Amino acid sequence: MRTYSGHSSPKASNELYKSNLAKGQTGLSVAFDLPTQTGYDSDHPLARGEVGRTGVPVCHIGDMRTLFDGIALEQMNTSMTINATAAWLLALYITVAEEQGADTKKLRGTTQNDIIKEYLSRGTYIFPPEPSMRLIADTVIYTVEHVPEWNPTNICSYHLQEAGATPEQEVAYSLSTAIAVLDEVRKRGISGAVLTDTFSRLSFFINSSIRFVDEVCKQRAFGRLWEKLGRERYGITDTKALRFRYGVQVNSLGLTEAQPENNIVRIVLEMLGVTLSKGARARAIQLPAWNEALGLPRPWDQQLSLRTQQILAYETDLLEFGDILDGSPVIEARVGEIAGAAWGEVEAVLGRGGVVPAVEYVKERLVASHAARIASIERGDQIVVGVNKFAESAPSPLTEEGGADSIMRVDPAAEQEQVARLTAFRASRDKAAVERALAGLREAAKSGQNIMPASIVAAKAGVTTGEWAGALRDAFGEYRAPTGVAGARAVTGDPVALEALRAKVVELEQTLGRRPKILVGKPGLDGHSNGAEQIALRARDAGFEVVYEGIRVTPQQLARAAADEGVHLVGLSILSGAHLDLAKDFLQQMKKQGLDKIPVIVGGIIPESDAVELRKSGVRAVYTPKDFRIARILEDLVAYVREAHAA
Amino acid sequence: MSAVNVRELALRVAAREPGAVARTISLVEDRRPSAEGTTVELLRALTEASDPFRAARIGITGPPGVGKSTLVSALAKAARASGRTVGVLAVDPSSPRSGGALLGDRARIEIDPADLGLFVRSMASGGELGGLARAASAAIDVLSAAYDVVLVETTGVGQSETDVEHVADTVLLVIQPGSGDVLQFLKAGIIEIPDVFAVNKGDLGGIAERALGELTAALAVAHSVNESDIPQVLLTSASTNAGVPELLAVLDGHRQGLVTAGKLRERRYRALAAAAFRLFVHRWGEQGVADVGGKTALLSRLERRVREGATAVEAMSEMRPR
Repeated sequence: MRTYSGHSSPKASNELYKSNLAKGQTGLSVAFDLPTQTGYDSDHPLARGEVGRTGVPVCHIGDMRTLFDGIALEQMNTSMTINATAAWLLALYITVAEEQGADTKKLRGTTQNDIIKEYLSRGTYIFPPEPSMRLIADTVIYTVEHVPEWNPTNICSYHLQEAGATPEQEVAYSLSTAIAVLDEVRKRGISGAVLTDTFSRLSFFINSSIRFVDEVCKQRAFGRLWEKLGRERYGITDTKALRFRYGVQVNSLGLTEAQPENNIVRIVLEMLGVTLSKGARARAIQLPAWNEALGLPRPWDQQLSLRTQQILAYETDLLEFGDILDGSPVIEARVGEIAGAAWGEVEAVLGRGGVVPAVEYVKERLVASHAARIASIERGDQIVVGVNKFAESAPSPLTEEGGADSIMRVDPAAEQEQVARLTAFRASRDKAAVERALAGLREAAKSGQNIMPASIVAAKAGVTTGEWAGALRDAFGEYRAPTGVAGARAVTGDPVALEALRAKVVELEQTLGRRPKILVGKPGLDGHSNGAEQIALRARDAGFEVVYEGIRVTPQQLARAAADEGVHLVGLSILSGAHLDLAKDFLQQMKKQGLDKIPVIVGGIIPESDAVELRKSGVRAVYTPKDFRIARILEDLVAYVREAHAA
Repeated sequence: MSAVNVRELALRVAAREPGAVARTISLVEDRRPSAEGTTVELLRALTEASDPFRAARIGITGPPGVGKSTLVSALAKAARASGRTVGVLAVDPSSPRSGGALLGDRARIEIDPADLGLFVRSMASGGELGGLARAASAAIDVLSAAYDVVLVETTGVGQSETDVEHVADTVLLVIQPGSGDVLQFLKAGIIEIPDVFAVNKGDLGGIAERALGELTAALAVAHSVNESDIPQVLLTSASTNAGVPELLAVLDGHRQGLVTAGKLRERRYRALAAAAFRLFVHRWGEQGVADVGGKTALLSRLERRVREGATAVEAMSEMRPR
């Protein structure tokens, strides 16, 4: 039982962890901020506004020491949500554990370390696929030998569902990722007992949505196919090693901004599905906070999630019995269906040379599934209580009275303090040792030797996160993942409304002299591009010309694109919470280019008080998850462009 | 728009003033008949503000997924590194149903927002079957007035390659090893159009070498009449930049060859006349062509006008069926 947490600074996060452990939490789940996840120090220009926001900033060994101060790592089970820089954070973790006098053979925990789903959904990748897969294999091979209790990679189907995957796709694409990792390890000469160990160390991180029966069956299908894969492709025979090991994070995609208290019920039902699948043996479960669609959860919100788990575990009798679904013919049939379809899709991916070369194909499939899901909610075929049905509500004492206080706010001073600590740390280092360590790192990157030993040397020498990633960026280059939008077909919410909308766009073209052209931008480090992609896709379908540059662009780059492309409107999508800084910065850049007449809209997880501030500073409109009718948003766009043209 | 403004804007384009190029392209993109006068005036003013033969116009085409955008990005970077300014026009297909388009190529082109010597514009093909946007030829004229190198990227196998020939001094066809592209192009007769070939993703090793061999053989057959015309074939890897400087040198060499042989102007005039002809057909249809005396007569009249310095849009707009 644990909650995904970390914020502001290593010190503040350390205090939070200690208090969570005191409340009965049995492990730690560390959330890092986006600069740490994408390999930038807290004082990098791209880090502005993002430091300490989605998690804790860790720039160097000093930060890692503070983060785990007074927490005995030998006794702890620590899960770290870290991917592109996983090898680095693991090196820091091992170093701090050694400093504490821990036996590294006993360290238990997980580095997420799954790059494919970063390309497909979450967006915190840095390097191209090949060197990324090599880094994953490096950590796998290193930990199997030196930190044998560690889960070096936790393959995430979770984010695939968030990106729109059906249960079959979720199973298929995450198994395809596992195949890519195992094939890479095997290519490096690992075989026999060590391959069996490696196979048994791979774990999965899967999603549980409100589709109760589907979820129960999906977990079982996973276990079945994993065993088949182990036996048939890798020749594993040890039954224990063939067991599918996984943790579950209950779904965030289905949580609503409207009537957020209903989310508590959703979370309980989603968790129940996991608990009832006792035979499928989930090893860990994490719950989101009820108000995730509103903003960052506060300690109280996290406590509620923890209590929910405790009630299920300690008050009910669910854990006293065996698996009560075993032998149900309904369950059995659905498991067979999901497993069959998923295996077909695994074969389709393998037919394209595996998940690495097929990443564009997979992305397009996910974008299409997501579009279908959104359209069915718009049409009302898929009911979301409080959103497209039963939307009327009495005034809520939880949100309306609390107002701005019903979410967590990051103290803006936290970023400056973190930068000051970083500057002091840099000044205190032995510069020659840092240079030697970086040279060793570059050499390892180039020669192909395992990156872990050189990273541990660098951790000890006081190398920073930005320096570590910078050395590897030089060696490997940087990657831009496919957006998946060009190849994906959009699904119509309501064909009649679409025709009407298209007519309006054509009418607008007559007024403008050319097709209305919009820029969809994702400024900053936030890589959650699913929303931006859906808007881009649907706008294209309505007849707009849409320029979309993908993730991780600076406000300056976006303003330049808006200028060169001659767009009529700009839409920004920001989900990290850094919307105030980024949107205001962008508006300034637009002004500098003389483009302040072009309407700018912002979408994201934005509290109403921030929306007010954004509109005041010149943003034409703000959209949040409760605006689920994309068709209506697109109608607004037509109106904004018309209005700006008339002015 | 008054004539004074047009001349002033043209001068600002030639000086690459921020915003001027973008605004001018937006103006020539205007498809309303009422805007044609401005377009004609603007394009003529541009030819006065800047030598239309100065810029190297390079058309880059090939099937989807071969890494064209990454290669364009690498070529732009290489040209910038040598101190030349670069304008890129990336043309994407419009959706035939909605007329909308996703212009995603920008995502693959690295741009320093402070660098005014590099400009990237995306454009939708406007549903026109030939691939190149109706406004593309005008936009290319605008870019040519501002930048030393103009890279025009189009997607597709089939007619778009022949479109690109009309606007570019040099046509580069990008193909991917192991894709069977060569066979496709042979069948479609497209293999005779490009001036330079790049087998991209050359880091694939053996497959790439084999594709290179196949292509070289096919080209030898296609150009068996005049062996000196056999286009160059290069192996590139846009992601690692391997072969990119060499490719740029070959592209430059091809254009220099045209200049030295005195063929650049000829090629450009023929291309402009053909572009004007296409614009005419788009507006007046086959019947319109018949009404002005048939294709050959129209083409020769258009060619005479472009030789006199008219732009394609201008030449087209002067011809009217009875």
